[in-house]
Amino acid sequence: MNLLAAETEILAPLASGWFLDNAWLIPVVPAIAFALIILIGKRLPMKGSELGVASMLASLVLSAGAAYQWIQRVNSATEEQFVEPVIKSWSWWRSGGFDFGIGQHIDGLSVVVLFVVAFISTLVQIYSLEYLRGDRRYTHFFAALTLFSGGMLAMVLADNMILFLLGWEIMGLCSFMLIGHWWEEDANSRAALKAFFTVRTGDVGLLVGISMLYFAANDWTQENLGLSGFSIRGISAWALSGEPNSTVIMVAAIALFIASIGKSGQFPLHTWLPDAMAGPTPVSSLLHSSTMVVAGVFLVARLYPVFFVGLDILGSGGNLIMFIGAITIVISAALAFVQNDIKRVLAYSTVSQLGYMMLGLGAGAWLPAVFHIFTHAFFKACLFLGAGSISHSASHHSFDMKSDMGGLRKVMPITFTTWIISTLALCGVFPFSGFFSKDEIIDNVGNNGYNTFMIIGLVGAFMTAAYMTRATYLTFFGEPRGASAGHSSHESHDAHASHGPHESGLLITAPLMILSVLALGSGLLNATPFGESWERMKLWVEPRAVEVVDSTYPGGPGESLFIDVPSAEDSHSKSVCGTATPEKGVCYAPQLEHAKFKWSKAMLSMVIVFLGMAMSWILSMLLFTKRDARLVGLTQRIKILGVGHNFLVNKYYLDDLYEKVIVRSVAYPISRAAYWFNQNILDGILHSISSLTRKLSGWVYQNIDKRVVDGTVNNSATFTKSVGTAAQPTQSGKVGQYGALLFSAAAVAALVLVIINT
Amino acid sequence: MIAQNVGFWIIAVLMVVSALRVVTTNNVVHAALWLVVVLAGAAGQYILLAAEFVAITQVLVYIGAVMVLFLFGTMLTRARIGAESDLNNSYKKLGIPVGLVMLVAMGLALTRSFGDEKLPEASKVVSTLEVSDQIFGPYLLPFWALSFVLLAAVVGAIVLARKD
Amino acid sequence: MFVNQFLFLAAVLFCIGVYGVIARKNAVLMLMSIELILNSVNINFLTFAMRNGSTDGHTFALYIIAVAAAEVGVGLGLVLLVYRNKKTISVDDLSEMRG
Repeated sequence: MNLLAAETEILAPLASGWFLDNAWLIPVVPAIAFALIILIGKRLPMKGSELGVASMLASLVLSAGAAYQWIQRVNSATEEQFVEPVIKSWSWWRSGGFDFGIGQHIDGLSVVVLFVVAFISTLVQIYSLEYLRGDRRYTHFFAALTLFSGGMLAMVLADNMILFLLGWEIMGLCSFMLIGHWWEEDANSRAALKAFFTVRTGDVGLLVGISMLYFAANDWTQENLGLSGFSIRGISAWALSGEPNSTVIMVAAIALFIASIGKSGQFPLHTWLPDAMAGPTPVSSLLHSSTMVVAGVFLVARLYPVFFVGLDILGSGGNLIMFIGAITIVISAALAFVQNDIKRVLAYSTVSQLGYMMLGLGAGAWLPAVFHIFTHAFFKACLFLGAGSISHSASHHSFDMKSDMGGLRKVMPITFTTWIISTLALCGVFPFSGFFSKDEIIDNVGNNGYNTFMIIGLVGAFMTAAYMTRATYLTFFGEPRGASAGHSSHESHDAHASHGPHESGLLITAPLMILSVLALGSGLLNATPFGESWERMKLWVEPRAVEVVDSTYPGGPGESLFIDVPSAEDSHSKSVCGTATPEKGVCYAPQLEHAKFKWSKAMLSMVIVFLGMAMSWILSMLLFTKRDARLVGLTQRIKILGVGHNFLVNKYYLDDLYEKVIVRSVAYPISRAAYWFNQNILDGILHSISSLTRKLSGWVYQNIDKRVVDGTVNNSATFTKSVGTAAQPTQSGKVGQYGALLFSAAAVAALVLVIINT
Repeated sequence: MIAQNVGFWIIAVLMVVSALRVVTTNNVVHAALWLVVVLAGAAGQYILLAAEFVAITQVLVYIGAVMVLFLFGTMLTRARIGAESDLNNSYKKLGIPVGLVMLVAMGLALTRSFGDEKLPEASKVVSTLEVSDQIFGPYLLPFWALSFVLLAAVVGAIVLARKD
Repeated sequence: MFVNQFLFLAAVLFCIGVYGVIARKNAVLMLMSIELILNSVNINFLTFAMRNGSTDGHTFALYIIAVAAAEVGVGLGLVLLVYRNKKTISVDDLSEMRG
């Protein structure tokens, strides 16, 4: 440390605060609420939902406070200073040299996602108060929803990978519970199982990745930072230290990415997401659009140094993450065109947008991808809640656009307006939020040299605009069909049967309105077009790629208040983080590029989007309303189009591939073999052991028990009896006999005496 | 010496035979009479052992009183005059071995301990004076006890035998 | 005369008396056998008295004679009593004290 004194400056301590120090409360409150709802929820006046909403509001307040204090903390640092995350950890369990801890790791990324999760959870819970009124398992729904929020919040602020894994798995469990909320219908329970198993397939990668990273990094992190190989801070520093074996870190990165593929619905494990729409709409909007599916992206963003080094991001050529992301964007957008279920359109749209986030991360555009998490959450949740609003109040719980919707813009103005705002945000139209996030991704991808992928991104934007316009047209324009027209073909006992379609109540529309405002305005938090001072998110969230020399004070690792930094002459040049081994300290984040905004590039993407919208509008109008003879039945008439259509409708036959080919050929024979093994070999061993034991015990019983043991007992008794019987005659009372015996004894005694004495 | 030996052997044989007849005869009265022979023989042996007073006492008391008692007892208990069978019980077969074993044991002991020892020549017969000196001298207490015994026996016999 | 010849004589009489006690059913005959035994003891005493040259043996022999007489008296009285009650003096029949 003394060697560096000449070159380093000691800087002022960073601001901290109560919310930052006690951010660990954020997941604890929902966890306690979950337990309370399970225990006493059914007896409360609002059946436990009041506990859920209250706990979410509390988490929201705590997250907002933490966000505010984080911003203060960033502002209190100088421009080149690394803003230390607020890390607290407690040891949970020690065994065999492994130390498992729990703790918090609050930095910009955590704060953003915490806020998003808490906010959307609160709105969704308020929405569910009305949406699920009278449901058969109302209390358990809120319990599961609260537990989910607790789990995700725990995952987001986890400081080590074990706690991260815990939160990940809790989310998977709650997803299963919530998708299968109405499990009485077979399709719902199958969908829940499909979701669970598909994500589980990816989770193997998570376990493998965590273990590999632990065993590879533990020695280095213990020696240099005093942290265990599970801690995120330690792993990040280790990845950028130049120490890891390149194969090891690559395999670990791929393993972790497989987990992300599963959780975030990337190709090829995307098949569960559309089926997950079988769950109630609040579930779809919370889990499967804005929060849970983002966990995979969050994993990549959180352990970005591992992926950066392992998969050689910013190196030449593409990498695995980019490929998967790009493929996902295109195939899911294509699938969205052939869906009649409005929620499925939105589901495929979610998958596609997640592909964008992955593409961005893979290309080194870390901040735009994280910002897209932020904006996407708002407008996608708004779209889903809007779909729920339509089903609740207009189409009799049906989600089929072609048969039960149409012309709803006149009867549901609020829902319509919020839908349009969110759609425009999704398509990336200026000045809505999607423009600032999605276009930034595409821009940075191109800037970092991946032109092919940039083109793919633009194509995706075109397709997004097109299918969203189709869905909007079918839902809100044209003539009302089916239930929207007031024809109630089924469920005439429904309470709303008498009125036609109408706008939903305030508990449903209020969240919609709040979200649409955010869909409109949240982009301004990182409005790159307007100049660097508008890039608030970048300032607050992006970790700075500087070398850090920590001097730890009695506060423990991560609590260093004084940070020594290489002197100012290096401050504006590129840091070595990510490209070379840091010599003086440790790096926690790699140096990334940022594209300079050009209005010309923005105009190009806007033109593409408008083209998409226009073409789709015209086609939709012609096809659905005017029933143009040239277009109707086109796919049946032209063979190739028909084949393509079928291919899309069958989801590229991927489901069939997975279930019928892979599962059948691998699982069935294995299960049959295992069954055979179990029945014949294991059970056979058991049976033969048991029959042997029976024979042995029978033999023992017959021979030893009956003969020896019983024999001893019986014979001793018989012996005693016979001795007694034999001795009885001596008590005959006959004097003569007594005399005879007396003398006989005397004779014997005499003889004995004589013999002894000679 | 030779005369005493001869006398001894004759009396001894007589005694043994008579004793055998006592224990084997079927007639109670005959058994009593044979017992008289035995007792007389014993008296003869006493004289050979230079114990004249004891011999006389033996004849007087034993043969004179005891045997009469026996005969009275036999009469009073309605013993059959004449032979009767079944005077021996089932332990007869046990008795012979027992007797033989005892004989063997005693014989062994005697031969081992005394061997060929000869009795000292009796210089004179033991006189009554000497005997009485012993009785009323060192052995006075047993003499008194004995008198009590006799008294008790007499009283007891009377008590037992009276008809009540 | 040998010591042993008298002692052997006594031993033989003793054994015969023992046999008689064992084998006889009649109570009176049993008493007679007991007399045999007592006499053989007497012979023993007197032999030893002569051998040792003392008169202790004579004294004892006299005492034995006295005791024997008393014993016979009492014994016969018992036999009489038993006869009166049971009309028999066969010791085989006196088995009321059986165990």
